[in-house]
Amino acid sequence: MASSQQLCTFHLERLFFGVSVQEVQEVIRYQEMTPVPLAPSVVSGLINLRGQIVTAIDLRRRFGMPDRETGRLPMNVVVRTDEGPVSLLVDEIGDVLEADGDHFEAVPPTLSKEMHELLRGVYKVKGALLLVLDTGRALQSGPPAARAPNR
Amino acid sequence: MSELDDIVRDFLVESHEGLDRLDNEMVVLEERPDEKETLASIFRTIHTIKGSSGFLGFGKLGKVAHAGENLLAKLRDGTFPLDNQITDSLLAMFDAVRKILERIEQTGGEGDEDYSTLVQQLTLLLDGRKALSVAATPTPPPDSAAPALFGEALVAKGVTSATSVARALEVQRTGDPPQLGEILVEHGAIQPQHVVETLREQSEQRGAALTDQNIRVDVSLLDRLMNLVGELVLARNQILQFKVQQEDAQFIATTQRLNLVTTELQAGVMKTRMQPIGNVWGKFPRVVRDLAKSCGKQVRLELVGKETELDKTIIEAIKDPLTHIVRNSIDHGIERPEVRVAAGKAPEGVLAMRAYHEGGQVNIEIKDDGAGIAAERLKAKALEKELVTAEEVARMGERELLNLIFLPGLSTAAKVTDVSGRGVGMDVVRTNIERIGGTVDVFSERGRGTTLRIKIPLTLAIIPALVVTASGHRFAIPQVSLLELVRLEADEVQREIEDLHGAPVYRLRGRLLPLLNLRTVLAFGCRKDSEAAVNIVVLQADGRQFGLLVDEINDTEEIVVKPLGKLLKGLTTFAGATIMGDGRVALILDVQGISQGANLITASTGHSMLEDNSGTAQAKNDRSTLLLFRAGESRRLAIPLSDVARLEEFGHKTLERAGDRAVVQYRGEILPLLHVSSLMGDAKGEWNDPCQVVVYSNGGRSVGLVVENILDIVEESYVVQTRARSQGVLGSTVIQGRVTDLLDVDHLLRQHDPGFFVTTTESAPVGT
Repeated sequence: MASSQQLCTFHLERLFFGVSVQEVQEVIRYQEMTPVPLAPSVVSGLINLRGQIVTAIDLRRRFGMPDRETGRLPMNVVVRTDEGPVSLLVDEIGDVLEADGDHFEAVPPTLSKEMHELLRGVYKVKGALLLVLDTGRALQSGPPAARAPNR
Repeated sequence: MSELDDIVRDFLVESHEGLDRLDNEMVVLEERPDEKETLASIFRTIHTIKGSSGFLGFGKLGKVAHAGENLLAKLRDGTFPLDNQITDSLLAMFDAVRKILERIEQTGGEGDEDYSTLVQQLTLLLDGRKALSVAATPTPPPDSAAPALFGEALVAKGVTSATSVARALEVQRTGDPPQLGEILVEHGAIQPQHVVETLREQSEQRGAALTDQNIRVDVSLLDRLMNLVGELVLARNQILQFKVQQEDAQFIATTQRLNLVTTELQAGVMKTRMQPIGNVWGKFPRVVRDLAKSCGKQVRLELVGKETELDKTIIEAIKDPLTHIVRNSIDHGIERPEVRVAAGKAPEGVLAMRAYHEGGQVNIEIKDDGAGIAAERLKAKALEKELVTAEEVARMGERELLNLIFLPGLSTAAKVTDVSGRGVGMDVVRTNIERIGGTVDVFSERGRGTTLRIKIPLTLAIIPALVVTASGHRFAIPQVSLLELVRLEADEVQREIEDLHGAPVYRLRGRLLPLLNLRTVLAFGCRKDSEAAVNIVVLQADGRQFGLLVDEINDTEEIVVKPLGKLLKGLTTFAGATIMGDGRVALILDVQGISQGANLITASTGHSMLEDNSGTAQAKNDRSTLLLFRAGESRRLAIPLSDVARLEEFGHKTLERAGDRAVVQYRGEILPLLHVSSLMGDAKGEWNDPCQVVVYSNGGRSVGLVVENILDIVEESYVVQTRARSQGVLGSTVIQGRVTDLLDVDHLLRQHDPGFFVTTTESAPVGT
């Protein structure tokens, strides 16, 4: 990872995340969602993206963070996958940043298990630490315990 | 080179199409040997293959086809009639052509097989018949005008010059090679592909009356069109909803037109993907012919409704299941001629396949007049292989027993043949058909035959669905599984919906319909206002009915089925999702998944309340389920539900006597009746009219236990508290706050009917 990388950034709780722009299809405002009963709890619902049905995954739940306070609407970061687009629900969208490969480091060992599992590494950018999300991992339904009867 | 490869590929595709047609046409011709048009069509196909193979350098193919063509030409001109020998040779010729084509497809060459005997045979036939037909009028040499015309066509296309054609014609007249195109290619006056094209055009013009105007379209293009139309239908639906709020007359008129055009476009695009089922059936005449021969049986195949159209993807999907069913019918169903005659049937068996549209679905029936399915053997086999338990089998009705053939690993064939009987098959048939949203049912009558009925949707992409609401969310239910809708007003709910220990049931025209609440299925909270009216959506899955309670029934709508993402694939409750008219997403319920999830599939059809309840009972099998009843002296008794086959009521009129026993005719057998009170040594119990009977089964024998009345079915983890003194009681326990005796049925029966446990004949013992 010596070369630089463009990252689409977003905020979650008080953390600063990034996803490679190559993986991002688009970023959209909150969309009305249809909840899916019996689905894993990380699945917030289905959204209609111009005629395509897209599963929305709440990254807060994926990371085991507390739910967003009611009334605060998430944003959609729609990422491409082999099986069509999937939306990641985040708190707020940040800028697209050019991250320098020299500033990349592996995930510090003290971070939680979820963090280790879902992160590729950390970029030390000015004034913050940018956590690089491993989207492939994030889109797996997570620990079996995440299966809730209803949300 | 790649250009030539393209030509070869085109040639292969075209020839395969032609050959598929040939099989059908030969069958027609066998029935009506003098049908000129069919003969002409066969001739044209072979002629085209011969022509093209010449230019592409497939000499062997050309020779075979040429020999066949000569024979066909005489047949077409009526020089001599078609007979068995000629038919056989022609079929052999088709096979040879097919084989060479396959070789070309695989290796690019024609293969090493030697077909000279076949060619010789065809030529001999031709010469022999010509000699035979004394009054053979000298027919003009075939296509005498064709070379000139062909040459003209080539010149007109500008692919060669008039002089080259003239020279080639000269060579043709003097020399041996009969084909103008070949000479032209040899002379280098023309490119082979031009010759092929022109030949094709010519044959198309000649065959215009029959082949119409067809173009070949890539299926993936049609798929894309289909998707786009799906989107258009959604947009149309959205606009239609929007229209309601509008008052602009012109806008409304435009939407109406859009609506009409979209509907027509949808139908049109669907139609492009439609193919007559005859395309799959086409191969069956030969399959049946060959199979029957190898099994030593006589089978006549009847095909009705060949023109019934189905979506191409569905046609592909049913090909294998149908073949399997046909094989089964011939191998197991239809008997050998001598057996048939002995049974008073015609030596020739009939295998009838019928396809027809019904209610937006296609029904396909495969019916044979063979021996039928031996339900008893099926049962024994299933037990032997431990696919089902004895209790399950004892509880099964005729229809459930027959449905055992769909269990994996079951075969009733006495011996495994190379055709069928390996025990894989019918389960695959069922899985394949259900995968495309279809159902398969089996009906059979011993000695009379078996019918398999397959119901499949016309298409998979756009389906009609019923939209319902539960807990404020909309869900779509595919109409294929929908039987009817029942609405109960608030005051009827209490009365009509009965509770069988937590399992609600509804009496639908006298039959018990198990109910499921969609809210419960989806783990939404249950509705508090029990005062409200109730909507029951009566659904069918795997031949079993159940009612789904929903909050509201909205409307029926054409929906476009979209798959769910990877994360949601594991949910059996949903078949997919769709976008509704207002642009929001709605989930499509998977009726089968829901029914399986609720364990309804393992329960039986709603004949007796027992069976309907057993499904829910099995769901919590860590506790035992007991049947509570009363017999004499207001004594409460219980027996494990697993020992109970059925609950029945018999009127006094149906009771008969055999020896000193009361018996009743039950399901073609004689069922002895024993009153529980008298069994237990109490005073003679009362025989109510009608009397309540618990049918108890053990080892294929049944006995009816007469009780005063049946109280309840409960699930209890009971502890026997006191050892009993009286005979035939295992002990006592407290159920529902009252002391209840647990009956030891085996002990009682052994005392009163020692013969009961001696497993001998099938029929129940009569008297002692």
